[in-house]
Amino acid sequence: MISRQDVEHVARLSRLALNDAELERMREQLSGILAYIDKLRALDTAGVEPTSHAVPLVNVMRDDANRPCLSQDEALANAPDRSGEFFRVPRIIED
Amino acid sequence: MADGKYETVIGLEVHAQLATRSKMFCGCPTGFGAPPNSQTCPICQGMPGVLPVVNRTAVEYAVRTALAFGLRVNPACRFARKHYYYPDMPKNYQISQYEEPLAEEGALDVEGPDGLRRIGIQRLHLEEDVGKLVHEGDFGTAQSSLVDYNRSGMPLMETVSRPDLRSPEDAAAYLRAFRAVLVALGVCDGNMEEGSLRCDANVSLRPRGATELGVKVEIKNLNSFRNVQRALEFEVKRQSAALDKGERIVQETRLYDADRGATRSMRSKEYAHDYRYFPEPDLVPLKLDRAWIEQQRAAIPELPRARRERFVVQYGLPPSDASLLAQSRALADYCDRAVRVYAQNPKGIVNWITSEVLREVDAADEVAVTNFQIPPENLAGLVKLIDDGTISGKIAKDVFARMLTSGEDAATIVKREGLTQMADPGALGSLVDQAIAGNPKAVADFKAGKTAAAKALVGQVMKASGGKANPAMVDRLVQEKLSRS
Ligand SMILES: [Zn+2]
Repeated sequence: MISRQDVEHVARLSRLALNDAELERMREQLSGILAYIDKLRALDTAGVEPTSHAVPLVNVMRDDANRPCLSQDEALANAPDRSGEFFRVPRIIED
Repeated sequence: MADGKYETVIGLEVHAQLATRSKMFCGCPTGFGAPPNSQTCPICQGMPGVLPVVNRTAVEYAVRTALAFGLRVNPACRFARKHYYYPDMPKNYQISQYEEPLAEEGALDVEGPDGLRRIGIQRLHLEEDVGKLVHEGDFGTAQSSLVDYNRSGMPLMETVSRPDLRSPEDAAAYLRAFRAVLVALGVCDGNMEEGSLRCDANVSLRPRGATELGVKVEIKNLNSFRNVQRALEFEVKRQSAALDKGERIVQETRLYDADRGATRSMRSKEYAHDYRYFPEPDLVPLKLDRAWIEQQRAAIPELPRARRERFVVQYGLPPSDASLLAQSRALADYCDRAVRVYAQNPKGIVNWITSEVLREVDAADEVAVTNFQIPPENLAGLVKLIDDGTISGKIAKDVFARMLTSGEDAATIVKREGLTQMADPGALGSLVDQAIAGNPKAVADFKAGKTAAAKALVGQVMKASGGKANPAMVDRLVQEKLSRS
């Protein structure tokens, strides 16, 4: 089970503003997911090496070569706000 | 520190931008100074659905660095997502390495006032850089921040030292030696002004003799050797004053403000350090086999410490000169190339480098040294002309100045300008005769026992020859002729 505080904590980390109803719905859904993980935990995985991938691949690398970039206008096309050549965001205080 | 009560304990985290052509996970170029947001693509802009691919050269450079510091390269390593929300990071996580870094446990030998000290290096890992924030208008009143994502996705190598440094000078010396190794390896240009090398420091104090570490404070924004030392000096003073007053040190992050010469607390966000790392699902693990690692080892050139030793043994240089040269790859290369064409007098060549060449260029500026107007072969030619008596040391300085502007070699200038030293006894003898005839007082003084009077006559002859007379020969001729007259 996941507590309401846990959901609030994760929501805050993810910059999500959830109202009471949403918090409760997330709590239920996340609890369900965690319960499923508990089910998986019941499996005997002794002797199975942990992995982060389902594919049996390693060392996928590319040559150090340049490829075309987006133009400045393309790069800035999706900017919520733009100032000349820059993306503009609400004032960030270095803290 | 000056205050004997506390022992200073410092560890450094250094971020080095690897000198690759393309970014860590995409093909965007890495050049410095391009117009804002002109070097991005969907991958380094963090668009949904894109797939990063590891830059092989970045891995090679990191492995070479790891081997140079004697770190153990892990047979397998993995990338991880480090989550945080900040506009410098459009996809809201930075691809880094966490539990399984590329390499662990090595050391760097650093020369300090008490000789060589071994500073442990705990780990080395690869990650991507983030974008750059600039404040629009005045910092205090700015209503918005501007973001340039050119830097986003640049290949970074983070290296974390053990808390083995014991003073701000120590820390600066570590950083200098560290930079010299990276530049010698050719994996980073070492340019701190352009941000190719950045440094954070962990500082704590403890009562002298204590074994437990004190509460550590992290200082960010140390972007020059000078700032590293000054920020740490300030922080050590601040902490020791606080401890003296019986205050407790708060574990926090502080920012160094170079203009004020002080560190200030960054109001730490409650949740700032909850990064929720997990393995990056878009990248498969790296498994580096031994043979490949050995290939990287074979690509490592002579490193600064070895080069310094060789300069002492092979060129007979004093250790201080050897250190100065070996600290800069470009300068050491310059020296080696000059000695290659004229091996008879390495010390003479080095004297010209440390006095005249370094008067013109900054030793730390690799690019300026590499592009220095006088190629090393030409400097060697100049020293050779002095050694074989063609020109005097004094004339050589004029020739050096002309070489700086014209780019010609010394022999060409000497020949064209007729600067060859006069060493013909007949011609010099008549100049000496004239000087003696024109200065009866000096001759009388000499006869009266004032041997210094001969010096004045030598000076006259040197002047009459336009500085070209061989001074030793003039001296001998004056002595001979005076005692005979
Ligand atoms: Zn890109």
